[in-house]
Amino acid sequence: MSPFLFWVFALMTLIFGAAVVLNRNPVTSALSLVVSFLGLSALFVSLDAYFVGIIQVLVYAGAVMVLFLFIIMLLNLQAEERHRINWLAAAGGVGVAIILLIQVVFTIRHFEAARQTFPALSASTIDDVRNIGALLFRNYNLPLQIVGVLVLVATIGVVFLSKREPR
Amino acid sequence: MTTLGDYLLVSGILFSIGFAGVMVRRNLIIILMSLELMLNAANLSLVAFSRFRVGPDGLPNYNAQVFVFFVITVAAAEVAVGLAILVALFRIRQTTSVRDISSLKF
Repeated sequence: MSPFLFWVFALMTLIFGAAVVLNRNPVTSALSLVVSFLGLSALFVSLDAYFVGIIQVLVYAGAVMVLFLFIIMLLNLQAEERHRINWLAAAGGVGVAIILLIQVVFTIRHFEAARQTFPALSASTIDDVRNIGALLFRNYNLPLQIVGVLVLVATIGVVFLSKREPR
Repeated sequence: MTTLGDYLLVSGILFSIGFAGVMVRRNLIIILMSLELMLNAANLSLVAFSRFRVGPDGLPNYNAQVFVFFVITVAAAEVAVGLAILVALFRIRQTTSVRDISSLKF
């Protein structure tokens, strides 16, 4: 992928990611999150990870976002009224995030492999769905089943939590 | 050409944005969305490393992409449970702000 397209999608991901945090209205935040995830899935595709890019769109832009929007509309959340911002707490939170970012940048600058470009793929076809599926069912069969149980437990937990208590 | 460091930098910035969101925002729904941002930033660096380690067969290292698959599954389960807790909490307290939920605060 050309560097121009990379930076377009990277900026799209980052700007709309920041919009999620900065917006006062939850619906605007949720829609910014969708755009951010679309940019991220374009970055996945640029890394030849077509399967991951597609499930990113399907799961996040499709399922998780509908869940978020549904809950926002169900609870009828409006834009937050302007609280008196606790500047000390806000500065503390942002400060810790900036320190983390500085550390990440510092680590990347001293990481030798980070300066190299990606090696070319010599395979004639990239059938990543088949390869990921084979790995998933051969090498990672036990984790897959554990994740299945986890999803089942989550489903039962959600049903239990949403059940209205008899009064 | 884009280097591995560019992708790692984008991933780091995205993680920091999500982290700042979790620390600063007081709305539980926004906190959950910021958590998703952080998980996806980790996914981006995993996929970048997967593409960087090309195996002898000329294909990316798919172990990392399997891991991304697991992360996405767990994130989806986490969002479902988190939002269910949010709805249950809203029924009792009529609020989604962590400002009003401080019974366990030290």
